[in-house]
Order: sequence, then C-alpha cells, then structure tokens
Amino acid sequence: MASSKFININLKIWRQKNAKEKGKIETYKLDNVSIESSFLEMLDQLNEQLVSERQEPVAFDHDCREGICGMCSLFINGRAHGPDTGITTCQLHMRMFKNNDTIYVEPWRSKAFPVIKDLVVDRTAFDRIQQAGGFVSVNTSGNTIDANATPVPKHDADRAFEAAACIGCGACVATCKNGSAMLFVGAKVSQYALLPQGKVEATQRVLNMVRQMDEEGFGNCTNTGACEVECPKGISLENIARMNREYLAASLK
Amino acid sequence: MAKSAILKSSLAKKYWMALTGLFLCLFLVGHLAGNLQLIFSDASHFNQYALFMTTNPAVKLLSYLTYISILFHAVDGIMLTVQNRKARPIRYAMENPSANSAWASRNMAVLGTLILVFIVTHMVNFWAVMHFDEKMPLETVQVDYEGKTYDFYVTQNTGKDKYIPVDLENSGLEIRNRTEFYDKTGNLKIAEGYKDLHKITFAFFKDAKYGLIATILYVIAMFVLSFHLLHGFASAFQSLGANNPKYNGLIKGFGKAFSVIVPLLFAIIPIYIHFFAK
Repeated sequence: MASSKFININLKIWRQKNAKEKGKIETYKLDNVSIESSFLEMLDQLNEQLVSERQEPVAFDHDCREGICGMCSLFINGRAHGPDTGITTCQLHMRMFKNNDTIYVEPWRSKAFPVIKDLVVDRTAFDRIQQAGGFVSVNTSGNTIDANATPVPKHDADRAFEAAACIGCGACVATCKNGSAMLFVGAKVSQYALLPQGKVEATQRVLNMVRQMDEEGFGNCTNTGACEVECPKGISLENIARMNREYLAASLK
Repeated sequence: MAKSAILKSSLAKKYWMALTGLFLCLFLVGHLAGNLQLIFSDASHFNQYALFMTTNPAVKLLSYLTYISILFHAVDGIMLTVQNRKARPIRYAMENPSANSAWASRNMAVLGTLILVFIVTHMVNFWAVMHFDEKMPLETVQVDYEGKTYDFYVTQNTGKDKYIPVDLENSGLEIRNRTEFYDKTGNLKIAEGYKDLHKITFAFFKDAKYGLIATILYVIAMFVLSFHLLHGFASAFQSLGANNPKYNGLIKGFGKAFSVIVPLLFAIIPIYIHFFAK
C-alpha cells in the first residue's frame, strides 16, 4: 500500500454570483488535501469546508469524472485542465502540486462562453455549431443499409475516429490566445468529411459550421498550436488544415 | 453564400494572410538577391540593376503587387488582431502560455507592426529618394588622364555605355528630368544617367554620425523579421490547408532555414558597408 500524503494549498478562485454581476478572485486556504485525490475531489473538499462555514460553495461543471463527458473545464494555473497534457480536470490529481502551492482556478474565458456562475460557463455555442451541420442527414423511412456495404479505407476510418474523439470540452477555445474554436470545428468537419457517408453533405456542412462559428464570436486561428497541446483527446492540427481545405474548396464551388 | 465566404469569413482572412505572406517571402528573395550586389558587385552594375528595377514594366507590376500585399497583410492582420481581442473580453488572471506555444507564434502582431515601421522608414530612406529626390546624385566615374582627374557620368545609350563629361556647360549637353541627357542643339535625348543608389546607400550606412545607429537598427529589424518568419512561413501552409505528415517536416525545416538565412544575409550587408567597405 502506498502511503498517502497530505498537502496544504492556497486557492485563488474566480467567484461570480451570476451572468450579470461582476466577479472577482477570492482566496481560500485548504488544509489536509490528499495528493491521491483528483482536482475535482479537492474542490468537493473545499465546498464541504465552505458549507460548514455557512458560505456559498463554488459552482463548477462536472459529470462523468472519468475523462469522457467533457463537462469539467477549469483554467488551472494558467493552463486548460491544469498542469498536465492529455487529460481533463477530473483526471488531474493533486500529486501534481506541492505543499503550500498557490493554485489559480478560473473559468474558460471566451466571449462565446459566458460565465453562468463562478466556474461554470455556457458552452451551448458548440451545440449550435454542431447543429449547423455536424451530422449526416438520414432518411429512416426506407430500408436500412448494412454499415459494411460501404467500404471505408482503414487510414480514413482511423483519421475520422481520431477526430471523433473530440468531447467538446472547450479547452481549445480556453487555451487559445485568440479564443478560437477551430480545433473543435476542424475535428467535427473532419470526422464526417473523411467518411463516404459524410462526403455527401460536405460542402454545405463546412460552410454552415464555419459561418455559425464566426457568428458565435470565436476568434481566428493563428496556428500557435496551443489547442493541440492542451486538448485532452490529442486532436491534431491536421484537422484544422483539413477544415481549411474543405472550406476553400466549398467556397470556390 | 460562397462569395461572402471567400471574402469575409474568418477562414478567408487566413487565406489572404497566408497568400500575401508567401508572396512577400518571394519578394524577400528577389530583394535580397538585388541587395547582395552591394557586396559582390560594383557600383555600376548595382545602379544599372536599380534602374532596371524602377523602369522595367514587369518589375513595376510586381512592385505594385508587393505594395498591395504589404498593405493587405497589415490591414488583414490588424482586423484579425482586433477580432481576436474581442473574442476574450475578460483576460485570465494567471496565464502560462509558454507551456503550450512558441513565443514568436503568440507575438506575430507586435513583430508585424515593428516590421511595418521598418518598411516605412526603409522606404523613406531609399525608395523615396530613388523615386522623388530632385537632388539624387547621378553615378560618376573618375578617370585620370594626363595627370588630371575627370568626373564622368555613366550613361546608357542604346545598350552601350558612354561617358559624358561633367563639364556640361561646354559639352553641348543638358540634363532634363534629372536623369535624361539632351543634345542642346538637336533637342534629342541621347542618353540616360544612372541614379547613384549605390552611393547614397554607402553614404547612409557609413555616415559618421548616424551610420552605426542605422546599421544597428537595421540588424535589429532583421531579427524581428526572422522571428516573424519563424512562425509565419510554416503557418501560411497550415492556413492554406497544406498539412500532411509526409511533407510537414520539409515545410517546417525549409521555413526555419529560410527565416534564419534570409534575414541574416540582409543584415550582413549594412554590417559589411559600415565596418568593412572602403
């Protein structure tokens, strides 16, 4: 059995009552945090402390707590999902921090992701981009065709699968210095454009999704590559390039 | 739909940024090849080249394309930067950008602004003098003959170089439009004088008072250009959708070599003129 170890930390957390009121950074001291606990469990511990002190607990997004739902966000010490790569915040553990560390916890910052409360942001802009074209139209009234009737090259299937690994968490937007959503949109465009089923509507899809992305107020990609580094699912910049190709071809048609 | 997409969308701005940027990379190569004559050629050849560059119609067309590209690249860049700033109205209290991106890639707007300032001063110092300065000197060659030194203008007439004495009063010639030699009696244009760009360039960087500071500022500008290219070159390919694991290494490698070698060669020229040239 590994001996468990406890650390004391100082937290600087963004507190904001609601979407309309101005927020500010509040400082909290939290003792006896197990280094085996996840970052979210640490926040649970803080909230128990706050409740026992009759203070308002910190609101933060979370759901599956196993790195697949994309709900947990948090900009921790200047990085999306904290000081590690290829993980969501629920997969970040307190062993990444040292005793007496000061940890900044902020919500995703983007015009398109307004803060609802404390660390919770509204990411429905992603939903609207998805609804603008991130699907394959299917007529369910006819005969269902066997999935294997349409051959897909292994290489394309793999690339599409990698793009489809995007969980829409918004870390790419949060970490991008321009608040650009192009890694997200690039992944969504790619996962369909690579497959024969998706190619049918590829032209309209990319035009509509990019238009919606621009309308939501996301910034422009300047190819810094920060999104690729911070993406918990390792979505590659290749997907942005593919979207650029698809869009160029679509707008010339 | 498609028309507005190619002109106004976020991606269209990236395409234009990439295309103008890559065109300006080509311009850099041409400009560098011309400038290197300041080291590897003589004044006459350099001035002939300068005349060719300001009069040849094909070169003129390219130069207008270059001016438009610089303006478009700058205006597009400013528009993108303003939009990108708006996309994050509230900044983070704590940021650690060096953990996931290169310094140059995050500072393209600052680097670009500095380059624009450099281009403007550079054009005031050389381009404007070449084009508009009434007092722009014509190239002279000194010839020793029977113990006396004579100054001659190097001129060009029907492809052949001629030497016309400076003593215009008694020569039966006069200069019109700054560079054209006319026969006074016949009222015929008989030759074209070379503006001495070589002379003003050397004088600029060898100036006793400002030559050193001009050289230093020029070298700093080339450092700035180098960092701008270090991100910009490969970035342009990504923006245009050229991202293929097969060629990425080549594009990035070539881009890095380009962004070091081109500004370095540019920077060597004023250093050579200031410290080593006679």
